[in-house]
Amino acid sequence: MPESPRYTVADRPPFRLADLLLRWESILVILLAAVFAINAWATPWFLDIYNLADATYNFSEKAIIALAMALLILIREIDLSVAAIVALAALGVGAVAALGQPTPVLVLTGLGIGLLCGLCNGVLVTRFGVHSIVITIGTMSLFRGIAQVSLGDQALTSFPQPFLDLQQTYLVADPPTPLSFVLFLCLALAFGIVLHLTATGRRLFAIGANPVAARFSGIRVDRIRFVLFTVSGLMAGLAAVLLTARIGVVRPNIAFGWELDVVTMVILGGVAISGGIGSIPGVVLAVLVLGFATFGLTLLNVPGIVINVLLGCLLIGSIALPILIRRALGRR
Amino acid sequence: MSWLAAHREVVLALVIALMVAAIGAYAPAFVEGTSLLGVLDDTALLFMLALGQMVVILTRGIDLSMAANLALTGMLVALVGQHGPDLPALAYIVLAILIGLGFGLGNGLLIGGLGIPPIVVTLGTLSIFRGMIVVIGGGDQVNASEMGRTFQAFPHKALLGLSSVFWIALAVAILMQLFLARTRTGRGIYAVGGNPTAARYCGLVLERYQLLVYAIAGGIAGLCGYLWVARYGVAYSEIASGFELTIIASCVIGGVSIGGGVGTVPGTLLGALFIGVIVNALPTMQVSPFWQMAVAGAAILAAVIINARAEAHPDKLILPEARRAAARARG
Amino acid sequence: MAPVLRLGHISKGFPGVQALDDVSLTLERGSVTALIGENGAGKSTIVKILTGIYTPDAGTVNVEGRDRRFATPKDAWAAGIAAIHQETVMFDELSVQENIFMGHMPGGRLIDRTAIRDRTKELLARIDADFAPETPLKRLSVAQKHMVEIARALSHEAAVIIMDEPTASLSRHEIDELFGLVDQLRAEGRAILFISHKFDEIFRVSDRWVCLRDGRKVGEGRTAEVTEPELVRLMVGRPIDQVFPKRDVVIGEVVLEVEGLSNATEFADISFELRRGEILGLYGLVGAGRSEAMQCVFGLSRPTRGRIVMAGRAIAPRVPGDAIAAGISYVPEDRQEQGVVLPLGIRANITLASLARHVRGWFLSTGSERAATRALGDRLAVKAASWEQPVGELSGGNQQKVVIAKWLATRPRVIILDEPTKGIDIGSKAAVHAFIGELVADGLAVVLISSELPEVMGLADRILVMHEGRIVARFARDAWSAEAIVAAATGAVAADRAA
Repeated sequence: MPESPRYTVADRPPFRLADLLLRWESILVILLAAVFAINAWATPWFLDIYNLADATYNFSEKAIIALAMALLILIREIDLSVAAIVALAALGVGAVAALGQPTPVLVLTGLGIGLLCGLCNGVLVTRFGVHSIVITIGTMSLFRGIAQVSLGDQALTSFPQPFLDLQQTYLVADPPTPLSFVLFLCLALAFGIVLHLTATGRRLFAIGANPVAARFSGIRVDRIRFVLFTVSGLMAGLAAVLLTARIGVVRPNIAFGWELDVVTMVILGGVAISGGIGSIPGVVLAVLVLGFATFGLTLLNVPGIVINVLLGCLLIGSIALPILIRRALGRR
Repeated sequence: MSWLAAHREVVLALVIALMVAAIGAYAPAFVEGTSLLGVLDDTALLFMLALGQMVVILTRGIDLSMAANLALTGMLVALVGQHGPDLPALAYIVLAILIGLGFGLGNGLLIGGLGIPPIVVTLGTLSIFRGMIVVIGGGDQVNASEMGRTFQAFPHKALLGLSSVFWIALAVAILMQLFLARTRTGRGIYAVGGNPTAARYCGLVLERYQLLVYAIAGGIAGLCGYLWVARYGVAYSEIASGFELTIIASCVIGGVSIGGGVGTVPGTLLGALFIGVIVNALPTMQVSPFWQMAVAGAAILAAVIINARAEAHPDKLILPEARRAAARARG
Repeated sequence: MAPVLRLGHISKGFPGVQALDDVSLTLERGSVTALIGENGAGKSTIVKILTGIYTPDAGTVNVEGRDRRFATPKDAWAAGIAAIHQETVMFDELSVQENIFMGHMPGGRLIDRTAIRDRTKELLARIDADFAPETPLKRLSVAQKHMVEIARALSHEAAVIIMDEPTASLSRHEIDELFGLVDQLRAEGRAILFISHKFDEIFRVSDRWVCLRDGRKVGEGRTAEVTEPELVRLMVGRPIDQVFPKRDVVIGEVVLEVEGLSNATEFADISFELRRGEILGLYGLVGAGRSEAMQCVFGLSRPTRGRIVMAGRAIAPRVPGDAIAAGISYVPEDRQEQGVVLPLGIRANITLASLARHVRGWFLSTGSERAATRALGDRLAVKAASWEQPVGELSGGNQQKVVIAKWLATRPRVIILDEPTKGIDIGSKAAVHAFIGELVADGLAVVLISSELPEVMGLADRILVMHEGRIVARFARDAWSAEAIVAAATGAVAADRAA
């Protein structure tokens, strides 16, 4: 409007400390600090650098999958077949190893199978317009089933030593640096950059918040969905390689139930299941909170399944508390 | 395709019949009376659980905690059976239903009361329920010999060649059909799931229905908890592990739409039966039972693909000739 | 005639807009009252207050002598008010009888199915509907669904029936049947509030009229004592020519050429050319296929036939991205669903369709985005706390400005505006109108889809009229009249006047 009243709109809202502190990531940082403090107080072995390094082995593989899952949940999708993809890819790795192939072939096999499974999910989801929760429950059964059929009640246990060394020795001996954790951090950095600093990342937020408006704005929603499912498969393939190298044995029930652990990481990381909200730093923090809390409890000889109770409470509590607080404030 | 969509149950029944016939041709032992009845017996728990899940999915929800609820309730009643006096079987059943219902109500309160997405809540309670089994049971399992005689005898009682578990499942199915088809609340469940806005205009309160359906799913899971533990004679933390997805698979194969408002009792029962036939047929056919999962997965995908085609959104009918054609097709 | 419903001094405000301001309204038994007004005049707010979806900020709702307060839709039903909505709000998967009785099924906890079927049969017989009570709703046509809604209203023994643009997606024959039904309901002594902006329908069916403009009542009276031009003047509030100052824009070469564009069920043989600096009005009733045809040009759907030529080069956009790259923009009608991404900030919304322009190396440049946002936001006079404010917190008018800014950011040569002033306040409306003028002055070509006759007639250089998926008339600026355009849009005549 030529004669519109002139006033300036600020580029950004004024900085307020409260906004920063109330961010989900800030709450996770406090949680992480609390986990470290309590564990350090409860057991003298927790802060040992070798122990901490070893602790990362137990969550890094899931955490790598969680990065891709975070992007999927951000755009209102979900991939429940990731654990089954891990199983199928691990089976492939084991089978190729049994043929006496060298380490690079094993790694490529794992990644390749993961990629193919992801492609398969991507095609089904974009082609048939059915929510991915149903599609991936189907492919989960299919992939896991194929693994079971091929393996029966056998186990694949022969792997070349260089392959096992990937995960059974440190990448750098001092300070002890596990390959899987380093990979996780590098991938987290890459995913974080893509999500928060690139045009693609912006498009993901737009799709998650309003897929229709995103499509009307020229964003190729289906293509992005397809790519993310493929990436999810690829990450599961990578996790399979790392897991196989770490435990040196492939059974059909490998990585059983991981899909729910991964989804828990993502949701605790502040990614909204309804889409459009979330951050990679949040997911990384949630991974660390869950991973080190679990590790601390293990050091205290708490059985794994009991730890699950606490993690379940943490998941529900972390979502319920903000709602309860908001309601309490609203009523005042 | 529209005929397929309208007669989904008939198609599914035909597919199952064909499957049974084919299996029978290959392994005649499978189609002998006792063997077929065995399938029904064996699938009875899945029948009930799938119906519970269906009611939840009808409201656009999902309950991932059903199998964990089953295991926890099973453990709790097993402990009662172990330490308490020898109660009549009916007392265990009522107790199990009440316990499971309580856990289900917990889900319902978090979902309907606080508005947390169902998948988040039930994922959390899945972990909590499973873990509680170990916390309460001290990590030990309760074996058949410790449970008490009436406790374990009940599921093995037979009538007309079928076990009591099957007859209970039949009763649950009939009650469910009556509830969904003949009561105001039952029809309301379809309404809130089919079109929440329209349901609100009709004065139906979604949150109350959510409370109700998760309680129903919980109650059924509790009932099955007792029956499962008593039938297989053991209670421990891992029973029915991963079964939540088999339950959902039954619903999907049976034509229950994850988008809410679509699904029938017969369809869901047939979906469960489909899986039950596969599970039971594989051993008789000398095929590795490991095929079970792969076949179930393929069946889910096939069901999804057929449904997707039947439900695809048509274009608007604006041109007069297109409207006339549609009117002719409607008859 | 006895008044059955009185609205007294009703006011209702929303953030950024006063939807109703001191409106009083009386409905009488056995009488049809037409509620007329432009989009955004407050008609649907009245409907929502009467059906218990909104509660008024001030004023009284009096039914048969008793003051009422509707907290929920059920309260409105209980008071004897039922509505037939523009878009049917029903249960596709359930049967006709269940749709009619959902929320008030006869019987106790167990439904009395025989009673439901018998009463449904009786209701359907009363309105001459020829489908069975058990028919699933999804098998019915839109017109038949309207009949189900009417049956639902009758099932409440509603004394007051509200019809909110019930003819929007009906064919001529179906409309005649509907009017027969309205006559019957009137004869039964019900009070009917009939909402429409088609004058032929208002004169055909109503006894009285009430006109709203910008949330205020500007007139009422007996339909027999008023003429169409009088109603138009009341609705618009001023002579049309003054609102839209004539622009002097030189119309240049052809930019966009569409030839014989068709798809299977929505539109056929859409042909037109659009020149630089030109505003092409696309008029028609709601559901005439205008949006569908233009969305096809924008790559949201694929045509079965026809071709699109942009600046001399044939294009076949498969996705909106292709059309954007060719220089075509489309501002959709449903702002909240298709236009804005409510939780994202103004900056992210404005740059969403042109992100590639702000990529430096691998990354998005916030600085570049902010510069573009400032330039466009200020040009359109978007009012906000900051450019990072979520668009969901803005008023409808400012949201619409953000959507237009998003499309200008793609630097289009052709911009398709689909009902650009629908549901926004009068101030923003004038701003959008003035801005459209500016756009063509800058050399853009505009396709303006609008259901508001004054808007199209005020702004457009040429007008195409669509009816049932086809272009049925073309008018040049000096050769049109409101009557001829409306006649063509309702399918009464086909015309082709020098365009």
